[in-house]
Amino acid sequence: MTDHTPLLELRNVSKRFPGVIALNDVTLTVDTGEIVALIGENGAGKSTLMKILGGAIARDSGAIKINGQDIEIKSPREASALGIELIHQELSVLDNLDVAANIFLRREPTKGGLLKLIDRRRLYFEADALLKKLGLDLSSRTPVSRLSIAQQQLVEIARAISTGARIIVMDEPTSSLSLTETQRLLEIVRDLKAQQVSIIYISHRLHEVVEIADRAVVLRDGRNAGELQRSEITRDRMVRMMVGRDLKELFKESEQTTFQKENPNWFEVKNLRTQRYPNQTVSFSVARGEVLGIAGLVGAGRSEVAKTLFGVDQALSGTVTLNKHELHFSTPRDAIDDGVYLVPEDRRNCGLVVDFNVRENISLPNLESYSTAKIISTAKETAAAITASKSINIKTPSPEMRAANLSGGNQQKVVLARWLSFAPKVIIFDEPTRGIDVGAKAEIYELIRKLATDGVSVIVISSEMEEVLGISDRIAVMHEGRITGFLDRSHFSEEAVMHLATGAAG
Amino acid sequence: MKKELGIFILLVVLCIVVAAINPNFLLTINLQNLGRQIGAFGIFSIGLGLVIITGGIELSVGSMMALLGVLLSMMLTEWGLGVVPSVLLCILVATLLSLVHGLLITRLNMQPFIVTLCGLLFYRGLARFITKDETKGFGTVAGLDFLRYVANGNLFGIPMPFVLLILIAIIAWVVLHRSVYGRYLFATGRNPEAARYAGINTKGIVTAAYVLSGVLTAISGIIIAFYTNSVSPANHGNAYELYGIAAAVLGGCSLRGGEGSIVGVLIGTALLQVLRNLVNLLGIPSSLDFAVMGAVILIGVMADQILSDRRNRRQVALMRESTKNESPATN
Repeated sequence: MTDHTPLLELRNVSKRFPGVIALNDVTLTVDTGEIVALIGENGAGKSTLMKILGGAIARDSGAIKINGQDIEIKSPREASALGIELIHQELSVLDNLDVAANIFLRREPTKGGLLKLIDRRRLYFEADALLKKLGLDLSSRTPVSRLSIAQQQLVEIARAISTGARIIVMDEPTSSLSLTETQRLLEIVRDLKAQQVSIIYISHRLHEVVEIADRAVVLRDGRNAGELQRSEITRDRMVRMMVGRDLKELFKESEQTTFQKENPNWFEVKNLRTQRYPNQTVSFSVARGEVLGIAGLVGAGRSEVAKTLFGVDQALSGTVTLNKHELHFSTPRDAIDDGVYLVPEDRRNCGLVVDFNVRENISLPNLESYSTAKIISTAKETAAAITASKSINIKTPSPEMRAANLSGGNQQKVVLARWLSFAPKVIIFDEPTRGIDVGAKAEIYELIRKLATDGVSVIVISSEMEEVLGISDRIAVMHEGRITGFLDRSHFSEEAVMHLATGAAG
Repeated sequence: MKKELGIFILLVVLCIVVAAINPNFLLTINLQNLGRQIGAFGIFSIGLGLVIITGGIELSVGSMMALLGVLLSMMLTEWGLGVVPSVLLCILVATLLSLVHGLLITRLNMQPFIVTLCGLLFYRGLARFITKDETKGFGTVAGLDFLRYVANGNLFGIPMPFVLLILIAIIAWVVLHRSVYGRYLFATGRNPEAARYAGINTKGIVTAAYVLSGVLTAISGIIIAFYTNSVSPANHGNAYELYGIAAAVLGGCSLRGGEGSIVGVLIGTALLQVLRNLVNLLGIPSSLDFAVMGAVILIGVMADQILSDRRNRRQVALMRESTKNESPATN
């Protein structure tokens, strides 16, 4: 790899954020027409690296070279001019516009000279041609809001291709696609390769990497953890590099507790209908002291079940019982009062008031107990914050630190500290380790396991295969709003989960 | 307190400059007059501060004052209601109207700007209609001595509205900065979604802020009605909401919500009234009144933004310092 100049070279790139070193001396090279898989756990720094490449954020140090020439990328526009296109994990299509408008945004064909009128005929003609090329059978006049997520993904790819990009970065392009849609996407990627386009392919789906990548670059905690050539790419080797230790170290072996035997159906959900999927019902039960994993594709309705159980969304129908008592909650307050808590997926917008400090965040849902006659005792709050910080190892210089400045792992612990100040009966974790480094991840897993051992029913919603397989005692897999099957520990495997997650009958 | 320091220094400097140029500023009568106006404007400004902390806005204050003013006059002079029932009815009307604002905003998800803009138009029109556009006064009705005293009297030389403002401010300070409600208000204003996930009844919290603002507007309205002693339905209280918003913003309330303080609103109110006073005392053409105010508010808010950015950077730096030693990458 050193005997020629690569097309793209990111050399010794570093980036710090408040409270976390996101990238530490990371190097990545890509050749013309090469498919490089960039893999690593959540928070390993993949997205940050790609945002630097895409000009969305600035690096602190390091160099970016194209064909050996040092370049600066100060904005997405500059990246685009250099032939670098990013397809984001979060879809960035504008759903108030139609497909063609999205594909040619900022590059609209114009006529009428200075008037810069949009040449609508050419716009739709060229857009339709692109869609055809991608095998997408729809008119470019369709409003994006009417497309499925998979189709929206393809619109983004169409946009990237239409710019004549030399390097296309795909950040988790298949996280919401079905098996057949995934296959089609992989074919498109191969076609692009054949046309000498370079692809940086970020995915958690390791079997896709095995199938498609020419080379796999592994990041861990913001550093290069290793690199695998085509012939060396195997699932086991990738996982070992990503995690940096044996998975067994990360997940304590769980034994069946007496709680579980005595209270098999402690928390029971029957025929729950959510607003997102009004025609489907969800039923499951969690034993006391059990960790139930919920796996599935993005958009399978898992978060909606969590939000409904926590009273954020209203259930359309269904019954929820805890220890044989029926629960009625229409607001999060009701759920909290019943001992059912949610650690939400969107930590920064739902989990925490990030502009509040650690002390205020921990006491927020339980404020009455820190108050006398409605007047808050700051001393009590501080004491609780300090105790919590110590017991679950929240790294903060003081309880007065704004939550926004903490690292993801510490923010998550603050959210958890809140609920631990009650006596939790049921805790639902929605993507508990998103954006969290491996060290803090292990601590979160340990806390989850400890909660279960202490007799809490735990539900863990996770899109990370290793996580859901490692932490759960049992897994429920969801597809399009319904549970397609349950897996016991003895039947755990990525294949089994994917099979159910993509809608095959269990 | 640190946050209000900048604007407080601006206030002090302004006072010194005005006093140096025109010593009449320090005359008892001028200071009393100033204090009276600060009192009358400060009370409803506190209410606006609460609403702004929710991330909302209340534009109907001036119109509501006109409506309450003419109602008060009519109740006392035309309908022969007693002082106590009249005052209570005034407060009740304000409570109900602002409750409607709060409910429309929280239950129907209407935008505060729109709801209260409609209030601004509606109450003004209503005030003019029920009075047939005639200016209302309080004539020679007996038994109004107490209300006149509250608006125009002094307690140990301190104007009564100012005394009242201080009392209300103390209560509001405790509620906002020490009570559970205040904390919920900040959480809701800063991030309604996260507040909801923490089990806070955000709709109730926001509605209560509008109602509190309404009650405080009623109290201010009664004082101002007796201070001006006549209520012209077309002009009374015109643009007063803007004084309140300006005072709150000068005092550090953010229109994005979740930020602000009672002390800040008080200083902001005082600053605005000193500015009005300054225009008079320094012989600046009164047509420039608003221009001066606009310029000072802009400068004040700009300075505050620069200072708060710097403060935030310092905290980020502190955090970096503390993670440097125990880097999260531990292998």
